[in-house]
Parts: sequence; structure tokens; C-alpha cells
Amino acid sequence: MKVAMTINGTSQQHEIEPRVLLVQFIREVAGLTGTNVGCDTTSCGTCTVLLDGESVKSCTILAVQADGAQITTIEGLAEPGTLHPMQEAFRENHALQCGFCTPGMVLAAVSLLQENAHPSEQEVRSALEGNLCRCTGYHNIVKAILAAADAAEVPA
Amino acid sequence: MSDIATTHATKGTIGENASRPDGGPKVRGEFAFSGDLWADGMLWGRTLRSPHPAARIIAIDIAAALRIPGVHAVVTAADLPASVNYGLEWRDQPVFATDVVRYVGEPVAAVAADHPEAARQACEAIDVQYEPQVPLLDPAEAAAAPPIHPDGNVFRQLTIRTGDPSARGPIVVEGAYEVGMQDQAFMGPEAGLAIPADDGGIDLIVSTQWLHNDRLQVAECLGLAPEKVRLSLGGVGGAFGAREDVSLQIHACLLAQRTARPIKIVYSREESFLGHVHRHPARIWMRHSAEADGRLVSFEARILLDGGAYRSSSYHVVANATCFSAGPYKVENALAEGIGVRTNNPPCGAMRGFGAVQVCFAHEAQMDKLAEACGVDPVEIRLRNALATGDRLLTGQVIEGTLPVARVIREAAALPLPPSPEIADPMTRPGGAGRTADAAHVRRGIGFAVGFKNLMYAEGYMDGSAARCRLSDGLATVTCAAAEVGQGFVTLAQQIARTVLGVEDVLLAPADTSIGSAGSSSASRQTWMSGGAVEKACQAVRAALLQHVADRHGIDPAQLTITDGRVTSTDARDSIDLAVADAAPGVVFEEEVEYHHRITHPLDDDGQGDAHVSLVCAAHRAVVDVDPDLGLIRVVQVATAQDVGRALNPLQVLGQIEGGIAQGLGLATMEELTLRNGRILNPSFTDYLIPTALDMPEVLATLVEEPEPGAPFGAKGVGEPPTISSTPAIVAALRAATGKALNRVPVRPQDIALGDGE
Repeated sequence: MKVAMTINGTSQQHEIEPRVLLVQFIREVAGLTGTNVGCDTTSCGTCTVLLDGESVKSCTILAVQADGAQITTIEGLAEPGTLHPMQEAFRENHALQCGFCTPGMVLAAVSLLQENAHPSEQEVRSALEGNLCRCTGYHNIVKAILAAADAAEVPA
Repeated sequence: MSDIATTHATKGTIGENASRPDGGPKVRGEFAFSGDLWADGMLWGRTLRSPHPAARIIAIDIAAALRIPGVHAVVTAADLPASVNYGLEWRDQPVFATDVVRYVGEPVAAVAADHPEAARQACEAIDVQYEPQVPLLDPAEAAAAPPIHPDGNVFRQLTIRTGDPSARGPIVVEGAYEVGMQDQAFMGPEAGLAIPADDGGIDLIVSTQWLHNDRLQVAECLGLAPEKVRLSLGGVGGAFGAREDVSLQIHACLLAQRTARPIKIVYSREESFLGHVHRHPARIWMRHSAEADGRLVSFEARILLDGGAYRSSSYHVVANATCFSAGPYKVENALAEGIGVRTNNPPCGAMRGFGAVQVCFAHEAQMDKLAEACGVDPVEIRLRNALATGDRLLTGQVIEGTLPVARVIREAAALPLPPSPEIADPMTRPGGAGRTADAAHVRRGIGFAVGFKNLMYAEGYMDGSAARCRLSDGLATVTCAAAEVGQGFVTLAQQIARTVLGVEDVLLAPADTSIGSAGSSSASRQTWMSGGAVEKACQAVRAALLQHVADRHGIDPAQLTITDGRVTSTDARDSIDLAVADAAPGVVFEEEVEYHHRITHPLDDDGQGDAHVSLVCAAHRAVVDVDPDLGLIRVVQVATAQDVGRALNPLQVLGQIEGGIAQGLGLATMEELTLRNGRILNPSFTDYLIPTALDMPEVLATLVEEPEPGAPFGAKGVGEPPTISSTPAIVAALRAATGKALNRVPVRPQDIALGDGE
């Protein structure tokens, strides 16, 4: 069946089987491999993307359910050659090691700050509960998100 | 010894918190993990695995699978052109099962198809007739049971005897302990792409810890010369020991050879749990005796490790578990017996801490029992027995390098404690968001533990690493096959090159088999071994550059040095002052070297010998809150001091410490692969739980820097110590809070709510 959505500002219209997951559509049809697959059971959050601005685990929904939606993946978060403040904060704060969880973490964090611009540390941790990281022990990830929130407070 | 001072005008040298070179690509989603690879015309590979822990294979019929549209090949053991076995250290593991299967998950066949779904259907259509056998599942029965493999059921039995076996102190404590099967649970499942080459060879891009060892095993099984098998490192989504053994490498290459098409294999999370080794489950008995003041007189241990169906690294895990079974404590009279056995359980092998983790859980519980029996504070009893430089290990080896055990104990114990139980925010109580713990019932406990292990491989292993450095007009390029698995070796390689050469632009060539082996990214060894190789290569280039400048100026190169990014003369009359980038315009300096550590020796019949290159230690203090009625816990804080030799990148060291503590917390409180009849019951992240951001405690860390003689820049590997003593510290805190014995990890809620008291 036909599905049409906008991914990172680019229209994607394709004929697909109904069983195709959104993450498969993103990785294999649209060719955007920054969105990772870590578990297949909606546990790890490495496949997190923004669907109409809200973070979702793209292994949990079918591509057809995203018909008509605006999708942002990690590749679309900032203009080419630049970094989104959250990406910059992750890089600056050594909030990654292997980096497999990083795209999902960054997008979950962006989504959090859209809902709650000044989260407490505890709120950040609660918001990340669905995103697993096996390398860092999370502290630098939390630090990065709080730093990005702090930086956003300073008027431009 | 490294004699280069940090050149402060050059940014990003050793000792600084230099940024990861892959940090930008990783936050942008541009970093190519091995599962992201794609090739024109590629097919999807998939593995059929045994559903039985032990069975005879009567027949395999692949005809129906081959008839499925889109299926290009189905291969079994009969299709292997050369060796049918592989293995990390010993080739005892069939690439595909032939006459028998020995564990649930053992590969039986592999298929290649033009779509993953066709590959899945083909695997289902392969008709394997099994005749199930009674599996050997209890490791305690394995040694005496009929052999389940031609190589027998004992991987290794190691006895360490020292001093007088009959010596006894007046205070005696003993206990039996058990460690469950932990999984490395890296985030990026196994993946690789094998591409057949025009010369009859294979190019394989794969996430691994050790390119050259994989290459050798692939070449042996495919009947190719090693140089015809070219591996390059695909982006690795974490490793922690689980990628040291071959998983899909041979399957993918065989299918590529057979179909003459590129083959991509990506494991699902479930297949990842089946397709790599785990941490050895352990049953450990220990008896300590001491003088009334707590000074150890004798130590006895019996350690049983379940290695599962194939050997992997069991031989050396037994050595580590036995060598380090007494912990970092002086004891003159000891008898320690370790055995690793073969069963029909899933194979076990390397995981962060490698044998030291299991015994640390036991010896630290014993030290607490001893402290109580002697009426001595747990920290004090450890100080009274702490090993130091000049002391002997159980193996008789004299500690020649640094091992600041007493200092890490004191520093960890001195870190501030957290505020008293915070009852205002229910989210911070045990049970967290469940808000189930009654604040009035919450009890706090504090526990302490110390651990140690070796760095690098042991017992005479001739370890080495190769590196190449190229310098041209101020741009350095470093080539080394060391696997970057997330630990940050790439950052250190750049920092080392900048420090030696005084340049800031350092490119890292891709890690592949075009250069000699760098050895494995394991045993906390790459900072030392490949860091040493990079330093040596850069030193050779530096010498060549200085010779070149000296020749041009007609002076002795010994008068030249590189300081603050400039070539200058120590003799002011020479007036040489050139930026490194301008010192030899157009000249290319290139040097390739191999680095080796000092020679070690095998252990003798009494387990005695100079077997270990270097040792590293850490101490952990844990604070927990517990709801004893519900068995709910919250780890509030972990404070640690770690022996690091010298911190080449303190931020990265802290990252290793925090990440390692998370895995130690996992083993203490939640992580276990549960088996029934040899089958893993929880091969998913919904059922195998790892710590989340909410589970992580506050971490306080002190880096103890006592440079290690012989180590490049004095630095020790830092990856493993955080995972060794964090687990027993947390369990000690749980015992303190609950009064329960808690002799098994992971500690489950029912162990606290319903378990036996001490």
C-alpha cells in the first residue's frame, strides 16, 4: 500500500507492504541509518524519532500509521554542517561512548525540553527511562541534557 | 619509560579531556555501525539454531528451503571447504553442528536470500530431525559425567598451593556463594557484511573486538590464505567481551563465497543473546582464617565455573578466577582450586572483569564476615591485609609495579556520604515511580568492597600490537587495528600522537587487517598495548624528523627537541625554532612498529609463576535504601577510588567508571539470564533487565595516579575495575540494611523479603 510522509523536510512516498515498521521505512526505504535498532521489543529506545514533534519508538509503530506525519530523525535535527544544541551538549559532555543509543537519546531529550524547558535532574532521568545505554552509566547524558536546558535559558 | 613532557601549547595532548574524534559523527547519526552497511546486490543471511540443549542430528533436509522464492543458498557443515571447527583459543566449536547439538542456540545451518523475510521462511523450512538426549546441565556433575565432547568436560582445573596448608588462625569464617549468568548486553546487535572479492578472497566488515583473530578463524574454515580474508571494523555498538568470539563472521563469509554475492547478517536482540558468550555462572566456596586482629593466616577456595558447551576463553577465565580468588590481600598459606567445565548450557567466555568479578563477590563477603568475627571495622580489616608493591600474590609472583590497595581503600572511604534518606520525594525511595515503599520502613545500609585483577593476557602469552605513524607537513596519520568499541581508544591514539609529535592534526586511518594485529580490545589492554604501539611509532617518526632537521643544519639530533609544537635546539647558539609543520616541507616520515610488553611465564603444578604483566585495583563504597517488607531497593550512592596509573583523559576514565558501575549494579540487583533445561528464558530487553537512568546512583570517584613503571605514560587500563568490586559493595550494603545472608547475585526482591538471615 501507498504511504506518504515527510522525513527531515523531504517528502517520502512509497509503495510498501502493510507490515513494514516505521523504523524499517526510515532505515531501508528512506535510507537514513542514523536511527538504530537495538531490541525489537520497544525496550531500548535506540530507534526513537520525533513524529509530529513528539518522541516515539519507531519500532513500535507501522509505517502506515505515520502516513501524513512529519518525522524528524537524528539526521534532520540540525542543518548540514551544524549541530543542534542538544547534539553539541552530548558531544561536549562526553555523553556517549559507543554511540549506538545516542540518536535516540538526543531525540528523546529534545522532545523532553519541548514539553518541559527546565526539567529537574529527576525529571530528566524519568524521561529517559525508556532509553537504555550500556556504556556511560547515564550521568553524562543527564548532564548534557541539563546543560542544553541551561544554555537555552540564556537569551540569544 | 616515556620521557616526553606534555607540550602544553599543543591542544589535546595526554592528560587533557580531549574530545572523541567520533563524537561529531555519532551525535549527528552519521557514524556507520556495522548494521548500517549496504552493498549493491547484497543478500540477507540468517542462521538456523538448535532448539535442543543436547540432541543427535539424524538428518537435515534443505530441499524445501531451497524452493522458497528468493533463496540463493542453504549451507550446513557439509559445505565448509576446510576446517569445520572454530574457537577463540581452541578450535572445539563447530561452525555448524554435524552429528550432535550441544546447546540451545547452536548454529545448524545458514541461508542467504534476497529479503530477510525469505531468509526467515527458509530457516523454518529446513527440516532437521533431532533425537533429543539427556542434557548435562549441572556443572557440579560435569567433571565426572560421560564426556559430551571429544575434548572432554573439563576445560581447565587449576590448583594454587602456597605456604603451609595446615596453618590456621584462631578466627575462621567460611561461606558458599553463587553468581548468576550475566550478559554483556551491548546495545548494537551483531552485524556484518561479507563481500566476495575478484581475487577469490573475501572482504568482511564487522563489529568485533579482534579483527586478526576473526580473520584467522574465517580463513581456516574457508580454506583461504589469511591475506585473502580482509577484515575492517564496522562501527561497534559496545562489546564488553561479547564480541571477542566469532559469531556471524564465518557464516557470512561462507555464504558470500557460495553465492558470489555480498551477504549481510544482522542479529535480532534475541539472536544476539543466543549468539554470543556470557559471563560464567559460578559456585564458590571459601574459608578464611585470621589472627584475632584480622590479619589473614590462611585462605582456601573452591571455584566452579560453568563454561557451557564450548571452550571460548574458559581456560583463562579459570586462571583469573583462581589467581585473584583471595582478593588484593596478603595471605601466606593458601589452597585455591578452580575448575571450568563443559555443560549443555550456553557457552560462556569473556565479560568485563573476566573471572575476577565472580571471586570478588565471594572474597569480599568473606572479608565482611571476618571483620564481624574479629570485631574490626570492614574498612580497617581490608587495610590491615592490603597488598602492596613488594608483596607476593597467591601465585608467588612478587608485585613489582604499583598496586595502591591501601590508598584506594582510604580514598574511597574518605569520600562524603549522601544525606540521610530523603523522604520528601517518593521517586527517590526504593520502588521509585511505583511509589510503593513506605518511607517509615526504609532502611539504609553501607557496604565496602575492594577488587583487583591483571592487565593484559597472562601465562606467557606473547602479546603485541602494531601501529604505523605517518607525518607530513604537520599532519600525522596513525594506523592501528585496535578495535574501537566505544571505550575511547581513538581519542587516546590522537592524544598520544599529539604529545609525541607536537602537532594537533592527527588523522586515524580505519582499523583493518592491512596492518599487523593490535590484539583484542579486552583485558583492559589497549591503552597499554596499542597506546604503546602508537607511542613507539610516533617516537620513531619524531626521531626521523629531528634527524632530518639536524642533518640540514649540520648538528647533532640529540640537541633537538619538540616543545610546544616547535622543533628547537637545546643549544641556544643553534637558533633553531621551527613549527613542526614547517620543519621538513614536503618530506614524508613513516614508521611502522610492533610493541610488546615484558615476558610472563606459565604457572607450574602448584599454580606458581610470574604469570601477570601488571595489576590494577579499585575500591567501592555503596549506600543503599531498602524496603525490607517488599524487597525493593535503591542504590543511593557509589563512591570509588581507582588505581589508574595515570589518567590520560580523565573525562573518559570517569565515563568508564560510571559505565562499569552500572554493569556492576546490574549484576548485584537485576541482571541474570535465567535458564530452564538449558534454554534462556529471557532473551529480550523486556525480560533481561539492565539499569536505566533511574537506577543509577550518584557516583563519586577519585582517580589514584601512581604511574606504572613500564607502561606507556604510566597509564593502566581502566575499563574493568569499576565492574569488579561495585557488585560486592552494593550487596554488602544490602546485607547491612537487611541482615540477610544474600550469598547469591543478582539479589532478587524475594531474597530480601523472604530470604534467610545470616
